Amino acid sequence: MEKLRRLTIKAGSSFAVIAAAISAGVLPASAFAEWNKAAFDAKNMNDVLKAMGGGAAEKSGDIAITAPDIAENGAVVPIAVASKLANTQSIAILVEKNPSSLAAQFDIPPGTEPNVGTRVKMGQSSNVHAVVKAGGKYYVATKEIKVTLGGCGG
Amino acid sequence: MADPMRIRAQLKGDVTEVRVLMAHVMETGQRKDSAGNVVPAFHIQEVTATWNGKSVLTAQFGPAVSQNPVMNFSFKGGAKGDKVVVSWTDTKGDKRTDEAVIS
Amino acid sequence: MKKDKLIAVLLAATALTTLSVQPVLAQAQEDSQKQIERYRELLADGNPAELVEARGETLWKQKRGPKNASLEACDLGLGAGKVAGVNAVLPRYFPDVDRVMDLESRIIYCEITLQGFTMDELTKRPHSLNPSERQTDHEALTVYVVGQSRGAKVNLSQSHPKERESYLRGEKMFFFKGGPYDFACATCHGVDGQRIRLQDLPNFQKADNAQRAFTTWPAYRVSQGAVRTMQWRLLDCFRQQRMPEMVFLSPASIDLITYMGVKGKDGIMDAPAIKR
Repeated sequence: MEKLRRLTIKAGSSFAVIAAAISAGVLPASAFAEWNKAAFDAKNMNDVLKAMGGGAAEKSGDIAITAPDIAENGAVVPIAVASKLANTQSIAILVEKNPSSLAAQFDIPPGTEPNVGTRVKMGQSSNVHAVVKAGGKYYVATKEIKVTLGGCGG
Repeated sequence: MADPMRIRAQLKGDVTEVRVLMAHVMETGQRKDSAGNVVPAFHIQEVTATWNGKSVLTAQFGPAVSQNPVMNFSFKGGAKGDKVVVSWTDTKGDKRTDEAVIS
Repeated sequence: MKKDKLIAVLLAATALTTLSVQPVLAQAQEDSQKQIERYRELLADGNPAELVEARGETLWKQKRGPKNASLEACDLGLGAGKVAGVNAVLPRYFPDVDRVMDLESRIIYCEITLQGFTMDELTKRPHSLNPSERQTDHEALTVYVVGQSRGAKVNLSQSHPKERESYLRGEKMFFFKGGPYDFACATCHGVDGQRIRLQDLPNFQKADNAQRAFTTWPAYRVSQGAVRTMQWRLLDCFRQQRMPEMVFLSPASIDLITYMGVKGKDGIMDAPAIKR
């Protein structure tokens, strides 16, 4: 299975190979939530949204970001996002001033709470955006986090 | 091979709260070594979590997730004694799968 | 006349701004301190040190070395095989070696006597050096044992003459000024209100400060992505003082840890902690 996975990646993730693997029952379909390279390479929120297949994101008061106002060290900045939007499908955390904006994206299947947390690196003080996809539309909330010591390259 | 994850899964009311600690360097690709060469990016890309075989979370990580990543999420329906299984795959194709019992 | 008036006005204005700005600054500083506290709280649940502790536990119970033995029979000061609570009573005097040992010295002693490793191979590279490097076995073992003392009350024995001597030498070293900067441990850790960047430095002359410092090392350093041991902590303090390099496991290091532990009496062990 491990080998097959690497082969498929080398083969440029040929859809036919993947489809064959799934129909042969070798891999569960969920294993192929392909890493979205374009989204992780994007330099700003609009490009991240485009790479995710969405348009502009609407500001929303139904998204709560739990994070410190000041981070002692940018290498580790705890960020949690909770969405009250109906049918929340995914939550993404973006750091505006990082070399690439998107830090992490979580897909929320039905039954899972629209509330996730992780820790991210911040190169400098920046706006952090929580982008939520709910009912097929994109929404965003923003919080500024100050960093006293940058967390990249050091 | 990578060190095992630490997974904590606790039932609180009707919600199972999961906290996962992963051992990974999460190299950004922005850092230079002492010889001035860029250290290539090397990080966890995908994380999947299942409960009783059902997917309860999938995540994609970029290099900006902190070293030794921490992830919190919660889902409805778990019962004490059920298993939560978490797997990750990194940019070199290495994988790690660990499990925890809901307490 | 006009000029004088202007100066008077300026002086008055300066006096006013000084009066009004200072409380604002103090308030801002207090607020940032609160926000930093909040940052630390948010980090507390989810300490990657747990990953290292788990590896240390496996190592501790694993048969290793030329004698193919585990460390489970190691006497860390509370009897052979007892791990719980030991970090709250170390350093202490051990009759089998007729000297005071700290935790890290004693673990290495057990690896030599029980497992047949040599001192050279165990002390060649005790600490991992860069973030991409795996934590060393020594770090993992130390962190595992330390974690088993969470909640224990610090109470170092001072009944043996050698324990008392160790404390007194540690105290002397703590206040000893030297190096190109004419620095002592006490320069930073012997007075109130000292800090480096945003880190408040503990004043070891105050019980609560000493307790907090002693009970939260070893710690996971987020800036280094690694767990650092107490021996490493002292090593780094000596480097920052521009003192000659402290030798790993040296009597000097053990004496200083004894001094810190005695000063931190009655603190509740909470290590490995997570720090900046």
